Amino acid sequence: MSGGVDSAVAAARAADAGHDVTGVHMALSANPQSYRTGARGCCTLEDSRDARRAADVIGIPFYVWDLAERFHEDVVEDFVSEYAAGRTPNPCLRCNEKIKFAALLDRAMALGFDAVCTGHYARLEDGVLRRGVDGGKDQSYVLAVCTPEQLAHSLFPLGDTTKADIRREAERRGIQVAAKRDSHDICFIADGDTRGFLRERLGAAPGPIVDTDGNRVGDHDGAYAYTVGQRKGLRLGTPAPDGRPRYVLDISPVTNTVTVGPREALDVRQITAERPVWLSEPPAGPFTCEVQLRAHGEVHGCEVEPDGGRLRIRLRAPARGVAPGQAVVLYDGDRVLGSATIAEAARVLA
Amino acid sequence: MLPEAIEAMTAELRALGNPSSLHAAGRRARRVVEESREIIAEAFDARPSEVVFTSGGTEADNLAVKGIYWARRAAEPARVRVVASAVEHHAVLDAVQWLADHEGAAVTWVPVDRLGRVRPDALREAMGPDVALATVMWANNEVGTVQPVAELAAVAAEHGVPFHTDAVQAAGHLPVGFAASGAQALTITGHKVGGPLGVGALLLAKPKEPVFRDPVPLLHGGGQERDVRSGTLDAPAIAGFAAAVQVAAARRESEAARLGALRDRLIDAVRAAVPDAVLNGDPDGRLPGNAHFSFPGCEGDALLMLLDARGIACSTGSACSAGVSQPSHVLLAMDAGTERARGSLRFTFGHTSTEADVKALADAIGPVVERARRAGLS
Repeated sequence: MSGGVDSAVAAARAADAGHDVTGVHMALSANPQSYRTGARGCCTLEDSRDARRAADVIGIPFYVWDLAERFHEDVVEDFVSEYAAGRTPNPCLRCNEKIKFAALLDRAMALGFDAVCTGHYARLEDGVLRRGVDGGKDQSYVLAVCTPEQLAHSLFPLGDTTKADIRREAERRGIQVAAKRDSHDICFIADGDTRGFLRERLGAAPGPIVDTDGNRVGDHDGAYAYTVGQRKGLRLGTPAPDGRPRYVLDISPVTNTVTVGPREALDVRQITAERPVWLSEPPAGPFTCEVQLRAHGEVHGCEVEPDGGRLRIRLRAPARGVAPGQAVVLYDGDRVLGSATIAEAARVLA
Repeated sequence: MLPEAIEAMTAELRALGNPSSLHAAGRRARRVVEESREIIAEAFDARPSEVVFTSGGTEADNLAVKGIYWARRAAEPARVRVVASAVEHHAVLDAVQWLADHEGAAVTWVPVDRLGRVRPDALREAMGPDVALATVMWANNEVGTVQPVAELAAVAAEHGVPFHTDAVQAAGHLPVGFAASGAQALTITGHKVGGPLGVGALLLAKPKEPVFRDPVPLLHGGGQERDVRSGTLDAPAIAGFAAAVQVAAARRESEAARLGALRDRLIDAVRAAVPDAVLNGDPDGRLPGNAHFSFPGCEGDALLMLLDARGIACSTGSACSAGVSQPSHVLLAMDAGTERARGSLRFTFGHTSTEADVKALADAIGPVVERARRAGLS
């Protein structure tokens, strides 16, 4: 229970369904005040109190579990080292994979619980993971990294309801956080300044920003602070010859170089992804399906060709801003087939 | 709460009156307060004028620690040091630390031995001409160890140092006598003797220059409670407090024997079920209703949750404000080490405890410890 409305209603629904429910709030920072101020994310004293209050209203026991050490190692340090390697990590997804449905679930199982129940918007029936019915809130993307074993011990009671209805239900149940704002951004970066957070941990590493011909068009303080597809904050001294905006196309940590170019150069048709996790029967050969490349991103038709431990994914229409480190999630309609991590994205060359 | 305390308190709730008022209703309420004061004074071998009502143990401890420090330092500016045991309750511990952080006080934390005892020699070593106040609790709230308060107070007296003792845990369970203890200030609270929450008292000796003056107040206002603690007196709570003290005093010896026997059976049962469980605190000089164990390889939080699910309420050490448990400063001061401190639980018996409670715990503790061990210390 994060202290937000979704996990509170999820707990209440699980209790209504007859489960023996215990509320758990994850303490993710050794010093709770140091992460996030205000009621926007997780990890604050206020959130811990909100979660406890909701548990009291629902009438279930409530405990705070200290997962700060694991969270720091598996999520925060991973986040920093992924950026250092020129990739764009998704910490929420990592937290599901390593903390909520791993460290937390393991501890719960050892203590005699059968499953972890969360307020994610996704449907799970007989091991089949589907998108939540609220298209705007669907969180199947961030759950797709979970293995079938992890999902076998998971409950997502909110997948069949819209967020608006969950807020109404929270109010009806007398849960005080019914109107609390949604969390967003990254919970462990208090002020939302990801670049500053990374600079503090990785130090300044000045280097060149070049165009696709290799001409130096600007400078940066650390290639790690950039994301493929980024346009804002490049502060390029030399304008493009055609005067059009330029985007980050590539980040090379080895040469500490950021490459920029026109928007159409971001178009990607072919993606190589690694470490696949299958929620369906692992495919024997090539097949067609849909793929989602970002949380709440658009969906593309594609062909998938398994190749050893990797997947080659050909998109029917070009996608933009495909960043190594992000997850690809494969869907058949609203059903999740599996996921993998983007290793390389091949540009469409005109 | 004891039924007698509920009755006294509810009777007074129906008959409202401000004890400071001069009209009839006020006089009636004042009579209730003063009779309560006399009952409490008698139970703890104090004079009625030595009873200062407060909102509870925390306020009484703060008033004693800060107020006596300020008063002593005002009389003798060279006295800027506080001497306190390392195992005090947070109401004393944090008040002392606050004086260090905000008032420039020097602090000497007196160490304890492995059983949690403060040796009079250790206190003597900490004494000096710069000490403004010494404070050592009567009995420890976590591990139950009873301190040699009279000997410690005598050491402080040798050096002209006022002595305070937090007797919240001891009152009602041990023979607590204010006059005989030699302390200048002694904290008690209502809910630990079967009375209501939100009321307590500081027993405060009559001023005796130059060693002891009345503490500088924390609360200023109407000048109630010999100008040491302003604020309208909570007559209903005070009436309930006194009723509980009266009952607890009358039953103390038999109740202490009963609880001590329950506790000993509990200790035997836990040891039988979990042979490597460690009993913390002094095996002999401990509170009759207290048993405190460390369970190697377990996390206290996991044990607490598993026992709670079986209807058994116990307690780990303290938690930070977000609810993350912290290794107990008491166990760390007893040189128990972080792991033993994290895997510890306190079981407390009170007037409602029965043989059936011991049986329930004896049945549950083995499987619970086994399960918590599997979950490990992560």
